[in-house]
Amino acid sequence: MQWETVIGLEVHTQLTTQSKIFSGASIAFGAEPNTQACQVDIALPGVLPVLNKGAVECGIRFGLAIGARLNRINSFDRKNYFYPDLPKGYQISQFAMPIVEGGELTVQVGSGSDLYEKTIRITRAHLEEDAGKSLHEDFHGMTGIDLNRAGTPLLEIVSEPDMRSAREAVAYAKALHTLVTWIGTCDGNMQEGSFRVDANVSVRSVGQAEFGTRREIKNLNSFRFLEQAINYEIRWQIEQIEDGHKIQQATVLFDPDTGETRAMRSKEDAHDYRYFPDPDLLPVKLEEDWIEQVRASLPELPQQKQARYQDEWNLSAYDAATLTGSRALAEYFEAVVAGLGRPDAKLVANWVMGDVSATLNKESLDIADCRISAVQLAGLLARIQDGTLSGKLAKQVFEAMWAGEGDADVIIEAKGLKQVSDSGEIEKIINEVMAANVKSVEEFRAGKEKAFNALVGQVMKASKGKANPQQVNDLLRQKLSA
Amino acid sequence: MPLMPKTMTDTIKQLSNLLSEGKASSVELCKDYLDRIQRRNPTLNAFISVDADRTLIEARAADALRAAGQSGVLTGVPVAHKDIFCAEGWLTTCGSKMLSNFVSPYDAHVIEQFKAAGMPCLGKTNMDEFAMGSSNETSFYGPVRNPWDTERVPGGSSGGSAACVAARLAPAATGTDTGGSIRQPAALCGITGLKPTYGVVSRYGMIAFASSLDQAGPMAQTAEDCGLLLNVMAGFDTRDSTSLDRPKEDYTRSLNLPLAGLKIGLPREFFGSGLVGDTAKAVDAAIAQLHALGAQTVEVGLPNSKLSVAAYYVLAPAEASSNLSRFDGVRYGYRTPEYGDLTDMYEKTRAEGFGGEVKRRIMIGAYVLSHGYYDAYYIQAQKLRRLIANDFTDAFKQCDVILGPTAPSTAFRLGEKTADPVEMYLSDIYTIAVNLAGLPGMSLPCGFDAQGLPIGLQLIGNYFDEARMLGVAHQYQLATDWHTRTPQGI
Repeated sequence: MQWETVIGLEVHTQLTTQSKIFSGASIAFGAEPNTQACQVDIALPGVLPVLNKGAVECGIRFGLAIGARLNRINSFDRKNYFYPDLPKGYQISQFAMPIVEGGELTVQVGSGSDLYEKTIRITRAHLEEDAGKSLHEDFHGMTGIDLNRAGTPLLEIVSEPDMRSAREAVAYAKALHTLVTWIGTCDGNMQEGSFRVDANVSVRSVGQAEFGTRREIKNLNSFRFLEQAINYEIRWQIEQIEDGHKIQQATVLFDPDTGETRAMRSKEDAHDYRYFPDPDLLPVKLEEDWIEQVRASLPELPQQKQARYQDEWNLSAYDAATLTGSRALAEYFEAVVAGLGRPDAKLVANWVMGDVSATLNKESLDIADCRISAVQLAGLLARIQDGTLSGKLAKQVFEAMWAGEGDADVIIEAKGLKQVSDSGEIEKIINEVMAANVKSVEEFRAGKEKAFNALVGQVMKASKGKANPQQVNDLLRQKLSA
Repeated sequence: MPLMPKTMTDTIKQLSNLLSEGKASSVELCKDYLDRIQRRNPTLNAFISVDADRTLIEARAADALRAAGQSGVLTGVPVAHKDIFCAEGWLTTCGSKMLSNFVSPYDAHVIEQFKAAGMPCLGKTNMDEFAMGSSNETSFYGPVRNPWDTERVPGGSSGGSAACVAARLAPAATGTDTGGSIRQPAALCGITGLKPTYGVVSRYGMIAFASSLDQAGPMAQTAEDCGLLLNVMAGFDTRDSTSLDRPKEDYTRSLNLPLAGLKIGLPREFFGSGLVGDTAKAVDAAIAQLHALGAQTVEVGLPNSKLSVAAYYVLAPAEASSNLSRFDGVRYGYRTPEYGDLTDMYEKTRAEGFGGEVKRRIMIGAYVLSHGYYDAYYIQAQKLRRLIANDFTDAFKQCDVILGPTAPSTAFRLGEKTADPVEMYLSDIYTIAVNLAGLPGMSLPCGFDAQGLPIGLQLIGNYFDEARMLGVAHQYQLATDWHTRTPQGI
């Protein structure tokens, strides 16, 4: 039996507004419990919601960024259910008329020769309020309720069930994460719960038209857990079906310690949320000039930059995708290119994806904390371009710059690392080396190609690495064939 | 210095004059009212909470403002507030066991407005539980008795406010009206009460029953007083998204407009077979009186109004079932003393905390919103609501104001209609359509039945036409004296 997996993701993104979606309380993370829940958030008798315009603007921003339809009239509905972290006994959400419908995200899946592109369609994105937190540990058989989070604005992004593997799901989730942090609607801090993924997973035999019954894995807050959870769930579902059991629709939780998914025992059958339009809120009307204002304020988006890098600078799709991994990284890259007298995107790309990224990773730093500014890096790369430095020596200078010893030129001067490109000087060194390595010379002339490299090595050593490698190559060959 | 008993029948307007002329202080007025409340409330049960110390602190502050030359027109004039308005430091029960321990930490917008006007609070008045009722018999705090006949109901849900004004325990009181809860008790108690256009008075701090229908309004002795009080209550509030941002208006500006040329619409549906006996006679006499004042009447049609009770009893419970979900014993209010798990706590708390009528409406509401029934009930009722509103729009093309009875009968006996909820619901048959359409409406006294029980006349205005409606009522009250009558023993 050949099995196919079908996955759809629902991603809850906390929005970067000043205050909650329906009240003026702060949404800053980490405050003492119940210190950021005002009377509206606690659902005292008589209180009423007032819509946060910033939240709507985030919705518009996201809709434009994924090429979706913005519903000019959209409205709020009440989703009714009882739980202690839901003070009103209903969540204000958007059911019938969400702010965003349609749209898509194209993602790169895999790497190297395994790399392919896939477009994931987005069904809708809607505004809603977050619930509070229920804390089950530390309370001796009771549950602590912290309402600080209640009312935090969310944009829930629902994809079509277009993904066919955990890998594709992770690629989509990562691309979505990059996009929302890129356009600034979400801070992307997964440990703090700013970006939470629910995965709907089902399996079917290859060729079957209908989808299998899906189970929903809730509240995954890392890409690693997302991948693990989906893979476990797939194996579990296949095993169940092969053992003759039918898959029951269920909501499941992933246990990172065991790596398993488990149905939530306390959940009843599919809830009837009795959705109806919230009579305390007016329908939202999006004016055209507001939309245009937001559109004008959008930065160049990842997909637009990727297209430009490939068209203008001939970078590969992989390089373009890597360099647009974050807005900060892309802007760093572009600033370095712009800083070169003679722009060479490939050179910059190699350095940014190579030494810069490696060093950042080693020290667990973000591009925002890079110890070498774009201008400084451009200064270093310019010295490679103009022949002052060999590539190898440039790495030394890079390390010194990172250690804070100054700009490229300062270090080159201080350490006397200027590349020797004077043919006369190089000839002199070559002559000395040839005289000191007669055996190698004879071996080369006898046909041993490897001897050439040994001689080159000796020349570089004698010049303390400063000789221009290309010139050494050319001149040495000349002399040996003379 | 004790005041003359006559002061007890003074209107807001007259009390304002007394205070500005220095003939009385706010403290003196409040003491007299508090004294009367203490003596008569045990019988009438119009008040749930009275706090003399608190009232007198506010009265002293009002007198100080006046002495400093900083007083307004109504500074120092006391009012009572329906216990549906959250008032800081006051027990705010909404007539329910659910909130029997809830001392509000904040003021409703309406309360803030009265405080800004310097008007002391005489106490919180009794009401049907969560504003669900037409007789003030569903209150956890016991029924309110009609001052005209204490074996009878005052009407509801603002029964406490109506009774306290009728018995002159306060010169005026605030009420709320979702399907007739200001107008119907005003009619049964022989006072004047007004429900403004939806959105004119902020609902912030007014405990929600049916969000798209609820409106707060004044209940007083005269139309003029209602206008003065509406001036205090009305106004835009950013905290209520359904509050309207309109230029400030003076609702007393049209009181003296003569009625010559006024076209009064008489809906044939309101004058059908349901309108009988003394109520029919009193309304007819009122029409004759208005003719004598120069108004013309024209028959209009409200063909869909016969569906209004049915539509209302789908929509209002639907919204209420959701609005009352927050009363779950978790954060404030009543929580059952013994329980096993969470579900047990929820079930017991709500079973014990809510009365029968509230539970009935929550269940109806949940049912009409439930999967499979939403389209047939909720959506259908919303469509009917649009038709009912359209009928009024059409009628107002032919007239300036609409007139009819307020209630089908005068005050009925306590317990008379409690066996059949639907019979109780029909008490609102003339008032409910007005809430569905969001129009302003008022009731004013127009006579008495053979047993001496008050009869109310209803006026319905076009959107935002409160001033004209009050003007018609005022001109009628200048030519008649029904509104000056008081029950025996006052």
